[in-house]
Amino acid sequence: MSRITATNGAGAGTQNKKGFWSQLSRQRQLVIMSVPMLIYVLIFNYSPMWGWITAFQDYKPKSGIMGSKFVGLKNFQWLFGRDDFLNSVRNTLAMSVINLVLGTVAAIVLAILLNEVMHTFFKRTVQTVTYLPHFLSMVIVVGMAQNIFASNGPINSLLMNLHIIKEPLFFLGESKYFWWLVGIINVWKEVGWNTIIYIAAMTSIDPSLYEAAAIDGAGRFNRIRYITLPGIKSTFVILLIMNIGHLMEAGFEIQYLLGSSLVIDRSQTIDIFVLKYGISKQQYGVATAAGMFKSIVAIILLFAANTIAKKLNESTLI
Amino acid sequence: MKAAQKKRKAHHDRVFPTVNAIFLILLMFITLYPVLNTVAYSFNDGTDALRGNIGLWPRVFSLESYKSILSDKAVYQAAWISASKTVLITLLNLFWTSMLAYCLSRKEYVLRKFITVLMVLTMYVNAGMIPNYLLISRTLKLSNNYLVYIIPTMFSCFNMIVIRTYISNLPEALVESAKIDGAGDIRVFWQIIFPLCKPVLATVALFVAVGSWNSWFDTYLYCGGKKELYSLQYLLKMKLATTQASANAAKTTAEALQTLGQTTPITIRCAITVIATVPILIVYPFLQKYFVTGIALGSVKE
Repeated sequence: MSRITATNGAGAGTQNKKGFWSQLSRQRQLVIMSVPMLIYVLIFNYSPMWGWITAFQDYKPKSGIMGSKFVGLKNFQWLFGRDDFLNSVRNTLAMSVINLVLGTVAAIVLAILLNEVMHTFFKRTVQTVTYLPHFLSMVIVVGMAQNIFASNGPINSLLMNLHIIKEPLFFLGESKYFWWLVGIINVWKEVGWNTIIYIAAMTSIDPSLYEAAAIDGAGRFNRIRYITLPGIKSTFVILLIMNIGHLMEAGFEIQYLLGSSLVIDRSQTIDIFVLKYGISKQQYGVATAAGMFKSIVAIILLFAANTIAKKLNESTLI
Repeated sequence: MKAAQKKRKAHHDRVFPTVNAIFLILLMFITLYPVLNTVAYSFNDGTDALRGNIGLWPRVFSLESYKSILSDKAVYQAAWISASKTVLITLLNLFWTSMLAYCLSRKEYVLRKFITVLMVLTMYVNAGMIPNYLLISRTLKLSNNYLVYIIPTMFSCFNMIVIRTYISNLPEALVESAKIDGAGDIRVFWQIIFPLCKPVLATVALFVAVGSWNSWFDTYLYCGGKKELYSLQYLLKMKLATTQASANAAKTTAEALQTLGQTTPITIRCAITVIATVPILIVYPFLQKYFVTGIALGSVKE
């Protein structure tokens, strides 16, 4: 539209504009229906971005954004000079990668196994049961995990009865277990749910491919390898790109609820750091800077993953 | 030799389904064990439960935990807050998201592209916790106010796009013929499209309702200072924090027994967990066939 305006001069431009307004007034019912949520999103999603300015300020709530002093990149410098911030970046990335790898592998394996089940009722039952934990709140899940992994809980008694360990392991109080605990709990909670999308992709595979492969003598494992896996590849790539975009979001609830002062060197994520400094200690400037750092890295990761996928001729997100 | 090969193949074909079925049954057991374990704890005697090692059945049966919860006014208040906000948020979400979804499914709408881009961007770019907190608590002054549960979560871009995809797949002729008969967009949406969206609305309702029912962080952030506004999950989180502190301090059962006086017994926590979970368990199996389609729709949103 802008090119037409440019070549035809100002006259066509105003005509175009008129067209736009008359069209808009003809579509006023649509406008009435859509403008409330447009304003809503501008207020609740876009206006807080104005607050990013505080990342460059020595922000004092009393004086507000307009009255606070600008300090340049001092907040960021302060952050990167702090061990507990660098630690929380490390924890975030470590738990994200563990979650991503464990979660994806578990979901694909389970989806394939479910896809091989011929008995419809049994398949549905497994699905209903494994979807269930997705609907439990993190508070509830962590409460259950505390029972299960307690020093006198079922995991410890199982390991002791199998003579794998002699003394109960202190899963919840030793930091070396924390990342893996989070990974296992997340897999338990989400594995069933994450299969939905892969199973949807598998049902769209042409069944005649399987028939042809069976006639050619391909066994079950070859059919999975040469038909099922390629069939879910594009879904896998899209989810991978989205998940890479979310690598900076290792979650916050589970670490906050499951963590304690004993494991804080492994449990504090960037979000918990932001919460601690921003809300509890009221150092808004540095907390906003930390959050902003997270957002920027997330966007860079998203675009990087997308570009790589494009280079490899895979389906892309953007 | 050929027969032997055939036999081996047939054998092979039986082994895999059996192993697979056993594995999946084991997986169901692992999935359900923590849930049933919690139920067993909730029906167990409080002091006895500290010895741990309760499996799928209570060791010393007792209804004390439920009795003490059901006589606690704070639990009723929290349940009321949770239930009422869940219903309100779900209804508002369905209304606002489906209405905007309809508008953005109309190809002739001149603001369609602009609004769509603005909406999709919010799914990837987030201002972050502190700027949001400052907006809601300082600029809008919603702290310690029931509305803080409703207003910031009454719309979701992701759900809107799921519904929009669904509407786009409906036959275009439905809208066109209604318009030829003189119906405006508001009427087309409300009388034709909205009733047709039932399956996708059921999915979205489930997502929104579960999200709202399960949230505790909003209470923590904005309503921590007002006990009447505690949600059920937040109450549970507080109990979790007190039991956890003692569990961490105590490595042995004897130590745990000593701290009993000052903490929330594990059995009470488990009983509240059961109460907070039952509504979800009742609703979700009925909606299963809907949300599976819903997710498949969400995945093709781009």
